Amino acid sequence: MKFSLSWLREHLDFTASSEEICARLNGIGLEVESVENPAEKLAGFRTAKILEAHRHPDADRLQLCRVAAGAGYEDLQVVCGAPNARAGLHVIFAPPGTYVPGLDITIKKGKIRGEESGGMLCSLRELGLGEESDGIAELPETAPIGEAYATYAELDDPVIEIAITPNRGDALSIRGIARDLAAAGIGHLKPWLTEAVEGDFEPSISWKTAHPDCPYIVGRVIRGVKNSPSPDWLQRRLKAVGLKPISRLVDVTNYLTFDLGRPLHVFDVAKLSGNTLTVTHAARETFTALDGNEYVLGTDDMVIVDDAGVQSLAGIMGGQQSGVDENTTDVFVESALFDAVRIALTGRRLAIHTDARQRFERGIDPALVRGGLEAATIMIRDLCGGEPSEITEAGEAPNWKRTATLRFERLETLGGVQIPADEAVRSLEHLGFEVVERDDESATFAVPSWRNDVASGQVLAQAATLDEGVAAKAAASVARMEAECDLVEEVLRLHGLDAVPPVALPQTAMIPAPAVTPLQARAALLRRICAARGMMETVGFSFVANEDAVLFGDVPETQRLLNPIATDLDQLRPTPLVNLARALSRNLARGLGLSGEGALFEIGPCFDFEGQHLRLSGLRGGLTAREPGRAAQEATLWDAKADLTAALMALGVPEASLSVTADAPGFYHPGRSGQVRQGPKLVLGTFGELHPRVARALGLSGAVVAFELYLDRIPQPKAKKKAAPVLSALQPVRRDFAFLAGPDVEAQGVLKAVRMADRNLIQDVRLFDVFEGGSLPEGYRSLGVEVVLQPQTESLTDAGLEALSKSVEGAVLKATGATLRR
Amino acid sequence: MGGMADDLDTLKNDTLAALGAAQDRAQWDAIRVGTLGKSGALTGLLKQLGKLDPEERKLRGQALNRLRDELTRAIEERGREIEEQALEARLKSERVDVTMPAPSVATGAIHPISRTIEEMTAIFGAMGFSVAEGPDVESQWHNFSALNTPDHHPARTEHDTFYLPPKSGSNEPRVLRTQTSGVQIRTMLGQKPPIRIIAPGRTYRADHDATHSPMFHQCEGLVIDRNITLGHLKGCLIEFLRVYFDKPNLPVRFRASYFPFTEPSMEVDIGWSKATGEIGGGSDWLEVLGSGMVHPRVLANCGLDPAVWQGFAFGMGVERLAMLKNGIPDLRSFYESDLRWLRHYGFSAFSPATLTEGV
Repeated sequence: MKFSLSWLREHLDFTASSEEICARLNGIGLEVESVENPAEKLAGFRTAKILEAHRHPDADRLQLCRVAAGAGYEDLQVVCGAPNARAGLHVIFAPPGTYVPGLDITIKKGKIRGEESGGMLCSLRELGLGEESDGIAELPETAPIGEAYATYAELDDPVIEIAITPNRGDALSIRGIARDLAAAGIGHLKPWLTEAVEGDFEPSISWKTAHPDCPYIVGRVIRGVKNSPSPDWLQRRLKAVGLKPISRLVDVTNYLTFDLGRPLHVFDVAKLSGNTLTVTHAARETFTALDGNEYVLGTDDMVIVDDAGVQSLAGIMGGQQSGVDENTTDVFVESALFDAVRIALTGRRLAIHTDARQRFERGIDPALVRGGLEAATIMIRDLCGGEPSEITEAGEAPNWKRTATLRFERLETLGGVQIPADEAVRSLEHLGFEVVERDDESATFAVPSWRNDVASGQVLAQAATLDEGVAAKAAASVARMEAECDLVEEVLRLHGLDAVPPVALPQTAMIPAPAVTPLQARAALLRRICAARGMMETVGFSFVANEDAVLFGDVPETQRLLNPIATDLDQLRPTPLVNLARALSRNLARGLGLSGEGALFEIGPCFDFEGQHLRLSGLRGGLTAREPGRAAQEATLWDAKADLTAALMALGVPEASLSVTADAPGFYHPGRSGQVRQGPKLVLGTFGELHPRVARALGLSGAVVAFELYLDRIPQPKAKKKAAPVLSALQPVRRDFAFLAGPDVEAQGVLKAVRMADRNLIQDVRLFDVFEGGSLPEGYRSLGVEVVLQPQTESLTDAGLEALSKSVEGAVLKATGATLRR
Repeated sequence: MGGMADDLDTLKNDTLAALGAAQDRAQWDAIRVGTLGKSGALTGLLKQLGKLDPEERKLRGQALNRLRDELTRAIEERGREIEEQALEARLKSERVDVTMPAPSVATGAIHPISRTIEEMTAIFGAMGFSVAEGPDVESQWHNFSALNTPDHHPARTEHDTFYLPPKSGSNEPRVLRTQTSGVQIRTMLGQKPPIRIIAPGRTYRADHDATHSPMFHQCEGLVIDRNITLGHLKGCLIEFLRVYFDKPNLPVRFRASYFPFTEPSMEVDIGWSKATGEIGGGSDWLEVLGSGMVHPRVLANCGLDPAVWQGFAFGMGVERLAMLKNGIPDLRSFYESDLRWLRHYGFSAFSPATLTEGV
């Protein structure tokens, strides 16, 4: 919403500067977005007069003008190329140093074809004010000499643009802004009274309303009007707030839309068919609006029709067919109440943004329907002449009257500040609230018609799961508490929120309990673990391209956006790996990730058929850095397995409870991937090389390995005290074993069998060598296993060692079929 | 007898000369063995003592013992010298170019969004808040209706909501939450006041340009009790902003505004310099937060009697606060995962946000 200070003066007597006004507007909730004074761009331009004009001795098209431009520029020569420059003409003069916005140059003193030129005579286009430029601007003879042009042209008029919050439809009018400012201590609100214009005849058009969203509509014919471009003052006023002057009739409606927040429409009576205008539901039809665009209407839309069809999209935009033009003589003026929701829905669907829609959508003053029509009548009569008819109306003005009660103590117990009751009452009265009843503790006010946001009493949307009694009890006090809250808000914003003293929150405990849940703490820990392992944390969008997502398995249609912002952001991701793969691919394409930094991870949500899950995903690709004695290396699945294992260990998952199965999801290399399980059913994570097909589809080359941890599946560790460690004084003994393992034997099984062979003595089991080929049978491997034995009470004897070796051999053979190599 | 003493002199002189000439441990060892070893020269002379008569044996024995002590000392000393020389030579030969870089270990980093949320959590945690979370996909009731934003409220269009197909058995599309306020609703429904939570998380709006991302993060807060006033709101947020920006005197301004779910509503500005971007300096104001007293209708929607319970709520953009504090110029860069950016703006894994070390 834009307004100029000169327009504001129509409603407000004030002496405050524009800075003071802006500061106050910001304080009271009318946020200033910009302040612009057109005069600032026109600094330097002065009014002047051409005293004499002669032809330039060396140029036919140039003239030498003697110009008088006031103090300091009493009499100087200016070379001018305009054909209309002539002696006696009042002009606009730019002395040297003046910036000319229309030309984007700064005037310098100089010689033109050998003749001194002490400045420039300007056109309006050069000032950035007009379009046509047939020579220099001609000012009337009454124009003074040597005045700042901006002052002379009444352009020294700051324009303030403010953001209007959805609740303040009343502030979409200059009168509304003036009222708020006056209540906030800036100036005095002038009275606004409009006389009722007596009509001389019965209107030829009458209203009918057949749509529930138009409770009340009024109108009148004004005949014998003359429509022409508006006078300068009106044009200037409209232009200042960004409106384009069209013609007197249209400009009147635009003026009142801004001035009073009262949208209006004028029909050309000659272009209407029949004698009735009806507000009704649209059919499925097309409609050409005043903006020249064709709109496809639906049966929910509200339109105004005559015998020939739709003439206006109610409350949003009039129709081209019945719009006024320079030949219009008789008009029908409309002033109506339209339902905010209806206007919002139609406007949104058709994407029409008009000043009328903006105001209806936020709710207009229901008491100003007739007043608006009268104001328009007077203005049209003044500007266009004509005779007004009697008023015709349909429906009836709704009962908008309601009250709100303020208990004065609530200013402190809710607002946190002590404000004297008298001040509170005075503030509200300035805003148009009227005291209905008052005692020491409270006051009840009649809410002004234009404040549809106060004590509005909309219906609740209580949770369906609430206990009936609880819901009813909560609902019972809402209307009263809300109305009071509305009043507290009004008093506080006028009093100034800065005056509310800040208070520390009461302490709940000397030392607060931990702020995060165990799951959140785990995510934080994993973040640090992964970063410490050389991976960069990323944050990826929760939506990805469907075609990328399907590479990672079936994705549900129920997790696909109905209105994606782009086709490549339409599917809720099945795993953060989708983002990580694309990110790695982009980095590699930029030549990054070739010095060991090609490792990314994310802890974030992912979405599948069951819903949303929290997942840690990591991806490694590219190459490690080349270093003396160490060539660059690609990542291997062991890196990914190590990452996953480190994450699981950090979370305190007992290693012995885990097993690995070679059945990872299909986006992994089928022979180089696995799942980590706890027990037979619960999968905690996966790791492996990406399937080459998937990698290629995502633009990745070279080995790329990944891991995932299903964070919300990890059981919380049991909070049991650790037993003290046994720190034996005896030396541990190391023994190596080599097992011949057939094609079906897994290392995991062999290691586990060894470990279980003697759980007291065997402290650690480690695979240190794998060998195949040579003399071994096809498909067989030799597994070298180091066993660390920790005697507790007495040293191991040869016999004891021998017995242990036997039981290790036997256990492995029994569990896996692998035999000891001798 | 003189001849016998002479041979001792000769042995002594020869041995000392040989020791002097020995260059390494092997040569030295040969001399040691050749003199003092089982079949060494001196050992041989000692063995011959028994053949002498007692008088001679005594004298020669004494001489030999002196010589043995002398040579033993000389040999040991020379041994140490040679060892010293050998070590010198080894150290010389083992010299490397210590200006070469050590093998690198890849270092990762924590994303500024995570870091910022951790900082917020640390500060609000100290004020007794706990962190609440909720789903990214919400019902329209949780995201809008419960928050006093009915179907046709202009705020719904302003939010540019992303929609998802309805759950089976319903015909109402679900939404990607446009704010984390749904978490506040869930908290009020799930727990009895007093309530003191923050809800950091992902939020989504269908807007994509230089200053808007279709996904971003918000941190909202909610405090509900019997006697919470707007004064507490101000105290809490001023404290947060001053600690977060580490500026004990940061100017903070509260401006009346409007949100459907709070009343009175306020936007919160901090002082800064538009010219230099310095937080707390200059004479300009920068909006950083939205806040207000929880709307009675929101309380009632969640079954809390607004005549009994009241409190405040606030919401802030995580990226925005991260950008301001860390001088990050571009919003979109947060999600591009450019390794150079991540390294530049990322945080060490080893310095989690704690109040004891300073956030």
